[in-house]
Amino acid sequence: MTETTQLFLGLMGVLVTASVVAGILSFRSEKPLSSTLVNLNARIKAWWIMVAAMCVAFLFGKAGIIVLFALISFAALREYVTLTHTRRSDHWILLGMFAIIIPVQYYLIWIDWYGLYSIFIPVYCFLAMPALTALSGDTSRFLERISEQQWGIMLSVYCISHVPALITLEIPGYEGKKLLLIAFLIATVQGSDVLQYIFGKLFGKHRISPSVSPSKTWEGLIGGIVSASLLGAGLSWLTPFPPLQAGILAALACIMGFFGGLVASAIKRDRGVKDWGQMIEGHGGMLDRADSLVFAAPVFFHIVRYTWT
Amino acid sequence: MAAIDYRRYLQSFSGSVLAILARAITGVRPIWSGSSPSYRQRIYFANHTSHGDFILLSSCLSQEARAHTCAVAGADYWRSNRIRKFMAEVLLRTVLVERNWVERSQDPMVVMLDAMSKGQSLIIFPEGTRNMTDEPLLRFRSGLYNLAIARPDVELIPCWIENMSRVLPKGAVLPVPLLCRVIFGAPVAVKEGEAHKDFLHRAREALLNMNPDAKGERP
Repeated sequence: MTETTQLFLGLMGVLVTASVVAGILSFRSEKPLSSTLVNLNARIKAWWIMVAAMCVAFLFGKAGIIVLFALISFAALREYVTLTHTRRSDHWILLGMFAIIIPVQYYLIWIDWYGLYSIFIPVYCFLAMPALTALSGDTSRFLERISEQQWGIMLSVYCISHVPALITLEIPGYEGKKLLLIAFLIATVQGSDVLQYIFGKLFGKHRISPSVSPSKTWEGLIGGIVSASLLGAGLSWLTPFPPLQAGILAALACIMGFFGGLVASAIKRDRGVKDWGQMIEGHGGMLDRADSLVFAAPVFFHIVRYTWT
Repeated sequence: MAAIDYRRYLQSFSGSVLAILARAITGVRPIWSGSSPSYRQRIYFANHTSHGDFILLSSCLSQEARAHTCAVAGADYWRSNRIRKFMAEVLLRTVLVERNWVERSQDPMVVMLDAMSKGQSLIIFPEGTRNMTDEPLLRFRSGLYNLAIARPDVELIPCWIENMSRVLPKGAVLPVPLLCRVIFGAPVAVKEGEAHKDFLHRAREALLNMNPDAKGERP
């Protein structure tokens, strides 16, 4: 049995178990269901759809993954820009972010031009955007407008694009299996999110930063990271790494993921919204689901690149 | 007869394409708070900041309701050249009214009531023009009151359109993808003996109160 088949069967096992457990809980609890349970059911249902989307993308290989993550970037950037302050004179810049920057960044990953895709946004876009904004002649809240959009591109496009960029890494002895490295990253980071949620709901008492996010607790964080590291070590057969190193990489990705979630919460708190959007039933918007991946992906990418290639 | 059918298919096709596009670009979701989706004849009145407004609003309606709903737009703008005229009259099926009351040849009320007598629901923008100011909503024109008096059987639904001015501002041709919402509020009706000004003020307040920005929910 190939690794891909094992991974697929494993995922189905997890989803079926989650659906059965949630079904039993819903059946046995009092009606009407508590909001936690309603939300849990919605989340599990959305997980089925997200896993299905990932599976379809994996079937199409490199092209499928790149298109999927370009669409994720599109959805994430749209949610982000909606919450920023924009003016009528920013119209062309905003249009360029969606219609030029996203396709170019993912095209550079497609053609495997590391030297350019790693600096295209932080150097060239970051210089071009303020220049074009200045040319438009509207200086009102200039610095705020520029930096908000630049950071949006950084989070939603640059960072997320490092997930499909894993395909471009040449790891000796790991040829032809690079999609599995992506599966490993997503499984550990998203797994850590779920595990932090579960540990937080079961044992959460001490809040880490009550003014930013009331749902993040030390118990949830530690339980989530420890268990996700074990998950990472257990999934080392997907990767070119031995179990210990896979566990350490997973732990790092999960810690970064935690910071991603924390930063996303701070932005939402500042803007007075609960979720980034309503795209994914039970979860909120695309960025609510992808915030941890945003922070984890570039760090994971660079550690793997410098250590194993 | 064949020509008429062809036109109707073209209209329903272009309506569906525009609705799909509007959803793909803005991820629009209707929020029904105070009224619910219905096939009944209605007048939807909304704030107006962009040409995309009525496309966004009609994409929140079911396909069937959309087929029986048309927007009221300014004839001076939409008849000013052939492309606009084709878009407004054939593709978008708008009811064009002449806004300049000195030079006009047709009474807007007659045109609108004529469309309603054919069973059409209307989308109208009582501000009369796109709002380019920093004010959230301009003063209402009296058309809304006149329609309410002429057709007391038809519900007037206030609809707050959010963010469309950022998606497609005045003068822009290509839309920027941003999330939009359309909030449908509780129907407003003319009270017994209510003066025309009082009603317009009340309808405007009803629409303004649905603006989430005003409640501090959004930046």
